[in-house]
Amino acid sequence: MAELKYVGTSVPRKDAIEKVTGSAQFIEDRFLGPMLYAKMKKSTVAHGKIKRLDTTKALKHPGVKAVLTGKDYPNKIGLYLVDRDFMAVEKVRFWGEPVAIVAAVTEQAAVEAVELIEVEYEELPGVFDPIEAMKPDAPIIHEDLGSYDLVPIFYPQPGTNIANHFKLRKGDVDKGFAEADMVIERDYYVPQMQHVPIETHKAAAHWSPDGKLTIWSTAQSPNVVRQLLAKSMNIPMHKIRIISSYIGGGFGCKAGASLEGLVVPFAQKFPGHVVRIVFNREEDMQGTFTRQALNAHLKTGVRKNGRITALEYKMIWDGGAYTEYGVNIVRAAGYSSTGAYDIPNVKTDSYCVYTNNSIGGPVRGFGMCEMQWGIERQLEAIAKELKMDPLEIRLINGMKEGSTTASGQVVHDVAFDKCLKIVAEKIGWGKKEGNFRGKGIAGLVKCPAQPSNAASSAIIRINEDGTAHVMVGATEMGQGMLTVISQIAAEGLHIPVDKIDIKVPDTDFTPYEWQSVGSRITYTCGTSVKRAAEDALGQIYRNASNLLEVPPEDLIFDGEKVYSTKDPTKSATIREVADSCKKCTGEGIAGPIIGTGSFVPTNMTNLDSETGQGNPGMFYCFGATAVEVEVDPETGVIKILQLAASIDSGKAINPRLCTTQLHGGTIMGLSTALYEEVLFDKGIMLNRNFTDYKIATIENVPHMDSFIIETPETNGPYGARGIGEQPMIGVAPAIANAVCDALGVDFNTFPLTPERVWRAIKAKQ
Amino acid sequence: MSEKVNINFSVNGDQETREAVVGQTLLKFIRDELHLTGTKEGCEIGECGACIVLLNGKPVNSCMVLAVELDGQELVTIEGLAKNGELDRIQQAFIDHAAFQCGYCTPGMIISARALLDRKPSPTDEDINEALSGNLCRCGAYQEIREAIKASSKK
Ligand code: FES
Ligand code: FES
Repeated sequence: MAELKYVGTSVPRKDAIEKVTGSAQFIEDRFLGPMLYAKMKKSTVAHGKIKRLDTTKALKHPGVKAVLTGKDYPNKIGLYLVDRDFMAVEKVRFWGEPVAIVAAVTEQAAVEAVELIEVEYEELPGVFDPIEAMKPDAPIIHEDLGSYDLVPIFYPQPGTNIANHFKLRKGDVDKGFAEADMVIERDYYVPQMQHVPIETHKAAAHWSPDGKLTIWSTAQSPNVVRQLLAKSMNIPMHKIRIISSYIGGGFGCKAGASLEGLVVPFAQKFPGHVVRIVFNREEDMQGTFTRQALNAHLKTGVRKNGRITALEYKMIWDGGAYTEYGVNIVRAAGYSSTGAYDIPNVKTDSYCVYTNNSIGGPVRGFGMCEMQWGIERQLEAIAKELKMDPLEIRLINGMKEGSTTASGQVVHDVAFDKCLKIVAEKIGWGKKEGNFRGKGIAGLVKCPAQPSNAASSAIIRINEDGTAHVMVGATEMGQGMLTVISQIAAEGLHIPVDKIDIKVPDTDFTPYEWQSVGSRITYTCGTSVKRAAEDALGQIYRNASNLLEVPPEDLIFDGEKVYSTKDPTKSATIREVADSCKKCTGEGIAGPIIGTGSFVPTNMTNLDSETGQGNPGMFYCFGATAVEVEVDPETGVIKILQLAASIDSGKAINPRLCTTQLHGGTIMGLSTALYEEVLFDKGIMLNRNFTDYKIATIENVPHMDSFIIETPETNGPYGARGIGEQPMIGVAPAIANAVCDALGVDFNTFPLTPERVWRAIKAKQ
Repeated sequence: MSEKVNINFSVNGDQETREAVVGQTLLKFIRDELHLTGTKEGCEIGECGACIVLLNGKPVNSCMVLAVELDGQELVTIEGLAKNGELDRIQQAFIDHAAFQCGYCTPGMIISARALLDRKPSPTDEDINEALSGNLCRCGAYQEIREAIKASSKK
């Protein structure tokens, strides 16, 4: 490959100056015009029939313009399984589900009117544990499951609470267990967590009399919002415009469609108004996606030499009241169910189960943090039984070039061993440092979870002065998309990054992007931008060749001029090239240059419905985490002494931004490992603010050592792969493994709060 | 209608007289009346630090202060840090160290950092951790934030 000029450099973020000066516009900063404020009335029971819903008093309240209930607006929505009501119709399925919504001229009036809505429920028996919910006599949460629209790669079981059963059969587990010298069987549990981006969910809608709907939204994926609203409301796509802005953190909770649909009917009723809905912190925690809790059962067969011969993995997920998106997390965890390890014989059953808890949905890691918790803890247990070094057992079983995943997909460009060794070495693996100190390691892997036709596209416009505009549909939620995509464009166009303008999406102007999720944008959007840049550069050369009468292969574009390598005096500026005319005749050659590119993966396949075998991974990204801890045996407090993380990003388009993602994901992992757990009491979410739901602050974050491994991804743009989610996956198991090493106590769940650790110490004594 | 009172104050160096609604928070006043939208809302109950501004040089959660309390005070928001088109040192350091991702916590972080550096020009790691413990960053830019503050402190 020719030497790279822009890719691989740590240019400052494109959004840097705006973000440090307070001029960066987030979506709420762009809600302008005659405003109406929407507020939801939320259910006070977790499962019940709506017996009476009276909005009369609310409607009469000063300032109130309208009140709508689920009956007025019985539309359904869902990304994979269309099971979700915008507002409850006839029955509520979780505590805090919207049952009515008010629009008023001030926020205060809307809040007051909500209080005046009277609702009576006939409470139904609820079910709050997915294992209970799978029992034959459990109350049924979705009676109409069999009639819901769905993408036909999901397998709900009508008449039960099972929204999806993903099955995977690889090799022959019976044979695998027969070959084993030892079989280990254990249960694990991962509780719900919340994303808590500092910016909550927000949206506004505007309807113009010609039937055009404009929506401003914090959505991670404007095109999906447009697609789902178009379908749900029967509006053609060109009549829906979704405007994105900087997003104040997403982490999955702003994927799919969330609150946008709630304000559309008001907008239609009051054309010309901007109808806004802004979730407060409590609404954000309780009313948006939570990470699905996981009950995991693992049975592993292993030989004395440490080679794993068989794995049986049963996962029961708490899908919550609606699983429109969650069904795919369950599938992804299923097809990835060996984690970063090559296991020849696998039997996995992964169930997405409805309960009357908050809605389950995507969170950074998309099932991998939960599923690989069990894998990495189980490896620890195996190593202990075999008296083997935990690093060793990971190296023996870890995926290598040509290994196969649980779904039988062959992986390439793998340097998992390198990821493990580098973090182990950093923390001084193998050296015991003192009494209450211990070291732990965990591996990790993830591929983007997406449909095999998830596409991207890009448009590049070259200006008369040789600067350029890049238009893509990917959103900027902090991951650094604007910067990385500009660098890819710069490389392909030979135009410096600072001469490239790039904006966040607006579906009326920017081309299609499936979703900004799954750590896929660098790869998918990046590839379409690379193609668009090649297209534009090709046009530059073709036009210049015509103009200068030099064969295209002899031309070079240096970012300002196109000239002949044979005779540099034959040159033209980009302006001359763009609007070029033949010198002698004045006859036009070509107009402005616009490059286009699109991408859809070609290496993915559907999975067999019985065996789950196939190629679900566009690329696989590996990494590892290692920690050293010191535990206070009196208080159970864990102190992180060393924390090292590695990720194989392939070519790092912007190494500094890769490092910030690696740090950010690791910190989120640390926070979930030590502090985070959403608590429910019969479906009522108990910790709904930052005091009760603690996340890591600067005081809790130790120094981290980070390692970007760069094994080129053959099909990635310039050899890159995405890394946004992955760093989070290994942190919780690595910490638990370290505590285990320090004290000999064992955990099947986290967060490792002082109380939990203290109890484990006491139990051991 | 809600009662209003006149208040006099300075904002980012300019003297202003405005009407404030009794009961309105300073945060809403800054965003909705002064149209300084750099100050962010993350919780409205004093837990996240996204709304931190300088009031008479001291960092306060503007969601926990009433707009009428601004009377006679000096307010500095994130928009007031850059002078004559020149970024404040701490702003430049945040860029140089990539000390943010989504940037939503950043105005509050930078204001807290400015207040710390005004008070303590050469803070230790512990000083930084303490001064910024009320500023949540879910993107996890903490290590870079520490580096940025160190880099802009007096050697
Ligand atoms: S909005 Fe003021 S502290 Fe969160
Ligand atoms: S940069 Fe996103 S919350 Fe701090």
